[in-house]
Amino acid sequence: MTQFNGPAQYGFAERWLPRLVLAPSFLLTLVFVYGFIAWNGYLSFTASRLLPNYEWVGLAQYETLFANERAWVAVKNLFIFGGLFIGGGMAMGILLAVFLDQKIRGEGVLRTLYLYPMALSFIVTGTAWKWMLNPGLGLEKLVHDWGFTSFTFDWLVNPDMSIYTVVIAGIWQSSGFVMALFLAGLRGIDDSIIKAAQIDGASLPRIYWRIVLPALRPVFFSTLMILAHIAIKSFDLVMALTGGGPGFSSDVPATFMYASAFTRGQMGVGAASAMMMLATVAAIVVPYLYSELRGSRNA
Amino acid sequence: MHDQNKLWRIALYGVLLYAAVYYLLPLYVMVTTSVKSMDEIRAGNLIALPMSITFDAWTKAWATACTGVDCNGLSGYFWNSVKMVIPAVLISTSLGALNGYVLSKWRFKGSELTFALILFGVFIPFQVVLLPMAQTLGWFGLARSVAGLIFVHVVFGIASTTLFFRNYYVGIPDELIKAARLDGAGFWRIFFKVVLPMSTPIVMVVLIWQFTQIWNDFLFGVVFSSGDSQPITVGLNNLANTSTSVKEYNVDMAAAIIAALPTIVVYVLAGKYFVRGLTAGAVKG
Repeated sequence: MTQFNGPAQYGFAERWLPRLVLAPSFLLTLVFVYGFIAWNGYLSFTASRLLPNYEWVGLAQYETLFANERAWVAVKNLFIFGGLFIGGGMAMGILLAVFLDQKIRGEGVLRTLYLYPMALSFIVTGTAWKWMLNPGLGLEKLVHDWGFTSFTFDWLVNPDMSIYTVVIAGIWQSSGFVMALFLAGLRGIDDSIIKAAQIDGASLPRIYWRIVLPALRPVFFSTLMILAHIAIKSFDLVMALTGGGPGFSSDVPATFMYASAFTRGQMGVGAASAMMMLATVAAIVVPYLYSELRGSRNA
Repeated sequence: MHDQNKLWRIALYGVLLYAAVYYLLPLYVMVTTSVKSMDEIRAGNLIALPMSITFDAWTKAWATACTGVDCNGLSGYFWNSVKMVIPAVLISTSLGALNGYVLSKWRFKGSELTFALILFGVFIPFQVVLLPMAQTLGWFGLARSVAGLIFVHVVFGIASTTLFFRNYYVGIPDELIKAARLDGAGFWRIFFKVVLPMSTPIVMVVLIWQFTQIWNDFLFGVVFSSGDSQPITVGLNNLANTSTSVKEYNVDMAAAIIAALPTIVVYVLAGKYFVRGLTAGAVKG
């Protein structure tokens, strides 16, 4: 029988074919991801306004960015939206997952209903919630019809509250996803642990709180990553629901970047804000990826 | 003890059903609003059942509603999305399958680094590539065209399709590949005769994942297309935000359902693969 000892045994084609097949994707990534990040980084140090202008201006665009009130509103909104979206989505998703895990009749149907918003575009979600939350004919009128005529719900057009409408729609869309992730995690937990704890006389909420949920730490962290990631990138939902308004009260970094770069002729500021977004994502993702990859190498 | 248990079960089902209503209500409101007339919408309320059903809003949303200056409804946008999504999904999925095959079964010096480099593409906020890409598409003569959108979706889809296939193919035993090689099969023969026939589940997952992602995309659509090359999400957003003297919510809702229909159909028919894609993508990165 022939011995196969590795690459030396392959023909010339077999040795180069894999590299050749991977090459287009490798080059595309190199140019369109890394090259473009560098290019965008360069743009952020230039005087570009309506059109690219490669005159070097150092940190001037970043100074403009940090002096911009609208940019700070966007950052503040990201914290409000991100915090409530992640917290609310997690709480709801985990609760539903734990409840669904109690040998529920019709679990499959319920699961399907909880998760379908994830298949929708954020533009669809935004359009639907914009109609429901509009003060004239939406929820407000419904509650009036029920007899509570003093009820007002004008968050959509109230600059102090507009960002919270994005939270409402965001949680509606994404909490089912959290449920799916945690349910998958719960199914991976050995039933005998729960049974043993029950025999010891521990109550069900206590078992979940002290034993089951701590065992789901990895699921918790990956869900946190994904939700944080969705929050930082969120653009469509805000555009469809509030358009960043009233005024710029519900702007987030992604809509700020879009407006600067493509509608307000401040390309340099747009490029600088995109770099700040990248830095934020990298600060979250790189440590996570590092620990994940190191973990899988040890496993 | 037994009674308490029963009470607990009732509360459990109560909460779960309440949640189901919460998720379904917007869909119910969308559908009922879309078949009401504006007079009825003004007279009634959000959750009232329609007294008479009319599909006027639907035909208007499809063919004559204004999306800015033009008043041709969503039909053109819808077909743009179809023309965009089919090639983009097929090309990005094929590339992902080949990349995954190489990165799991034909590793070479530097292939792990290549994988790490590609993987990072899953996470970047796309804002950081918009400006250079707009310029580059202009140089290629692809600016503001469906072809340009296909290109963008392929380039930035590679990262996730590669990740999906690579993680799946890692689970195929190396012995199978070795045995095929002993039989004299080469790189392509092994891929088409051994690996691909085992790939149906992951191919389904990736096709559905890419379809949903690309159909629902708004950012690339709004930045890289204009006028007669815009996809459905941009059309819907234009339609819902076009200021006319009278806001026609029934038309907005019909338009939103039209935009959502393809992905909802896919979800209903192949939800299993959709969920698998979501959770796999999540757990693996």
